[in-house]
Amino acid sequence: MMQSSINSRNSIWKGVDWVTILIYLALALFGWVNIYGACYTFEQSSIFSFSNPAGKQFVWILSALVMGLVVLLIDEKLYDILGYWMYAAIIVLLLITPFLANDTKGSMSWIDLGPLKLQPAEFAKFVTAIAVAKYMSRYGYSVRSWRDLVVPFCLIGVPMVIIMIWQKETGSALVFAAFLLVFFTQGMNGKVLLYGFLAILLVVVILKLQIIPDAWIDKVLMPHQRARIEVVLGIREDPMGYGYNVAQSLIAIGSGRFFGKGFLQGTQTKLSFVPEQHTDFIFCTVGEEWGFVGTFVVIALYVGLILRIIYLAQRQRDLFSQIYAYSVASILFVHFTINIGMVIGLLPVIGIPLPFFSYGGSSFWGFTLLLFILLRMDGSRINKMH
Amino acid sequence: MINPQYYKRAYVLGGIVVAVALVFVGRLFYLQVIDTSTKDKADGNALVRQTIYPSRGLIYDRNDSLIVFNQPVYDVMIVVKEMRKGFDTLSFCHAMQISREQFEERMSEVCDRRRNRGYSAYVPQLFWGMLSKEDVAAVQERLFNFAGVSVRKRTLRDYVYPSAAHIVGSVGEVNRQDLERDSYYAIGDYSGRDGIERQYEVLLRGKKGVEVLMRDSKGRIQGSYHNGELDYSAESGTDLQLTIDIRLQQLAEDLLQGKMGSAVAIEPKTGEVLAMVSVPSWDPHSLVGRQRSKNYAALLNDPHKPLMNRAVQAQYPPGSTFKLIQALVGLQTGAITPSTLYGCNGPGSTPIKCTHHHGSPVSLEAGIEQSCNPYFWQAYRDILEQHGYGKNNAIFRRSYDHWRDLVVSFGFAQRFESDISNQVTGSIPRAKTFSRIYGETGWRAITIRSLSIGQGEILVTPLQLANEAACIANSGYYMTPHLVRPLPSMPAIERHQTGVDSVHFGVVQRGMARVMTNGTGRWYNIPELQMCGKTGTVQNPHGKDHAIFIGFAPLDDPQIAVAVVVENAGFGATWACPVATMMMEKYLTDSISRPDLYDRIRSAHFINTQAQ
Repeated sequence: MMQSSINSRNSIWKGVDWVTILIYLALALFGWVNIYGACYTFEQSSIFSFSNPAGKQFVWILSALVMGLVVLLIDEKLYDILGYWMYAAIIVLLLITPFLANDTKGSMSWIDLGPLKLQPAEFAKFVTAIAVAKYMSRYGYSVRSWRDLVVPFCLIGVPMVIIMIWQKETGSALVFAAFLLVFFTQGMNGKVLLYGFLAILLVVVILKLQIIPDAWIDKVLMPHQRARIEVVLGIREDPMGYGYNVAQSLIAIGSGRFFGKGFLQGTQTKLSFVPEQHTDFIFCTVGEEWGFVGTFVVIALYVGLILRIIYLAQRQRDLFSQIYAYSVASILFVHFTINIGMVIGLLPVIGIPLPFFSYGGSSFWGFTLLLFILLRMDGSRINKMH
Repeated sequence: MINPQYYKRAYVLGGIVVAVALVFVGRLFYLQVIDTSTKDKADGNALVRQTIYPSRGLIYDRNDSLIVFNQPVYDVMIVVKEMRKGFDTLSFCHAMQISREQFEERMSEVCDRRRNRGYSAYVPQLFWGMLSKEDVAAVQERLFNFAGVSVRKRTLRDYVYPSAAHIVGSVGEVNRQDLERDSYYAIGDYSGRDGIERQYEVLLRGKKGVEVLMRDSKGRIQGSYHNGELDYSAESGTDLQLTIDIRLQQLAEDLLQGKMGSAVAIEPKTGEVLAMVSVPSWDPHSLVGRQRSKNYAALLNDPHKPLMNRAVQAQYPPGSTFKLIQALVGLQTGAITPSTLYGCNGPGSTPIKCTHHHGSPVSLEAGIEQSCNPYFWQAYRDILEQHGYGKNNAIFRRSYDHWRDLVVSFGFAQRFESDISNQVTGSIPRAKTFSRIYGETGWRAITIRSLSIGQGEILVTPLQLANEAACIANSGYYMTPHLVRPLPSMPAIERHQTGVDSVHFGVVQRGMARVMTNGTGRWYNIPELQMCGKTGTVQNPHGKDHAIFIGFAPLDDPQIAVAVVVENAGFGATWACPVATMMMEKYLTDSISRPDLYDRIRSAHFINTQAQ
């Protein structure tokens, strides 16, 4: 046992899934190029200059790669051992964040560390995934027993509630719903997913028909949330107000046509008609400058990545790694769906980043850790045969 | 450890991923490939097309005297974003001499993207347009007090002479129809509204230049688009040379002041219009700049209809000036010869009495000289009856139509295909018109006898009368009357042959010369200029007779053909003839030898007669 451990540490690349890493690098690189495009102001400024987001993103990417390397060096058993402690630590961090947050723009989710702003919610995802995987891989655990679901639901629910209510980041909180998909892979009654889907459909139909008194809706939803939902449902026409982001985003993507306007030639994103263009709305820069070809490639990369991770999950030999792998696939899938769905006007505006693509150190680091922990587990699976 | 029971659920998860991706790809395919509306929206968002205005073409008269040029005017521009910081509205209104309400109303117009499509709070917007140099001085002096206010220079029309308003026309803001008809125009552009300015708009306006700039979502200019590859510079408008002699034009306007009517002079050999006057008129300066709409409304409501160009829009019976046409058609059809004599019983003649006293019988030349009504009635009757009436009046009606064809060949009952705008056709009725009134067999020469002396159902415009004089001066043809010397790119001026052979014109020309030496024009003749003419006095059911004169000079080599109509003035010999002779003298000798006559004519007023 000691021997194999040393072996694996000597060759950290052994057994690492190169397909996943290549897709990861492709997304990071293309994202970086598009961040440069989105923030380009027609005044020459180097893609490496730290004064613009692309330059900073370059630093985030490099440092994330270092983190990834470190993760590959660390024995994956560490996560099994420290799983709950890490979870406890992140919960505390989430709780104290609003006190440390510099309350500009009303956000309570950022810890300001000089040039670096940390968003703990981005790290809560992989930590929660580890904790859930650890609990669900216990001997004799059955997801079909309601009693056994209580703890996982709590593990998910606590960070979700803190982020949603305490930090007021509804979007980041919604991502935790991804674990429903994980439960499903572990045998949870499939009807739960079906009913969930039908329930959303029902709400959509009810809102669309506008048969509920406004006062009731206002009790559940914040005014801006309601407005964003109504814009997507076509109830509200508000291209200069709540619908502005999406209207401009659709113009940006649509104006790219088939082949796009070319790198740095987009007028919509460059002249800041699309807000949040390098973060949550980065996908419309792809649409404008690289056209349908670009958006298709990006979607294909994500589908490839997620399917690859599902494949990795299937080939795991232990339940802990497998549940963790499904968690990674589900979290990436939910981000992908909500972000792109929002940018192309199919879902209401929910501000969450596009993994490996959007500008932002915390999210890039968080997703990198999420992915590389899985790669470490997957790389070591051979050893577990013994 | 791993429960293989749920192994297949991974495929369900994969299926969901693929399904979502397919929905996204489908949506993107629609947005990026099928729906084509977004490209324009993106350009509309980001690109500002800043127009560079060309200077409008200048207008010269036939002797290269400048008539119309461009004057600088000043637009007060505002940058709304800069104004907001503590703008002193009250003193700004005071400097601009506008009320607080006007200021607020204008501001809301400027800031409304629906009414002001190019609005940007960071880009200068037109606040108040077309201030004169004097007006703007008050603002400019105190300009530094007002943040965000600047003055932009552009050009408006200006005129050297207070004349030729009907010919030149005016320039005004484009209206909705122009915008729909011609994509060249944008809201707030100027274009020729009438006259030459309108007729030659495409040449005069030149070509606007464009600078394509990019603006960001807040309207801040971010520089030129594609390094100015899409920009192009403005091209100045083409200069035009009128056929008008501005001195002659001014003289005629001067002589006709205080009257209603018109005067048209044509160079017979070329069809170039030397002068085209319609009175009452207006000073073209009054339809420029901020006063335009107010003054235009005043002209529109004036009971004397100054906006009407009487030279081409007023129709009168030609009166005795038409006898020249009767003579020529009579000669051409063989109904009369130069030596044909007709009897005249003076005031006792039937069916038309003679208004002049002369011997009897009279020859053609003497008939013209004395404007003998019985002579031309009998000539007209012989033209129409020379082949008899025939069964069902058919031969007579054919003779009438043949007469009409020959008359029309002098340019009557039609618009000249030229750059003279707003022409009306006038009218010479066809046989079928009379047949409709009287029945096919119900009318004879006697029925339409008043036509013989240019009264009754025929209507002509002063321009057509001048063209008639030009036809006679040219012994049988006319060139299409026109106002602008054709540029190489334009078709040549057309020559029109009348239906009367040139051999018949000599006797008529001699008759017209005798009018000036012995007949109704003798009081105003200038013998050395070999003037030829014919007076007319047209009965006017609404008031005093209209005075008409047509003529040309000199007889040997005609340089100028003239027609003058003075409404409600009385005898053509008394009021129209002196105007025409002074115009001919001015054009041929560049002088006025009869200052007393000049003063008498120009101080005569007939304008109130109709207003009663």
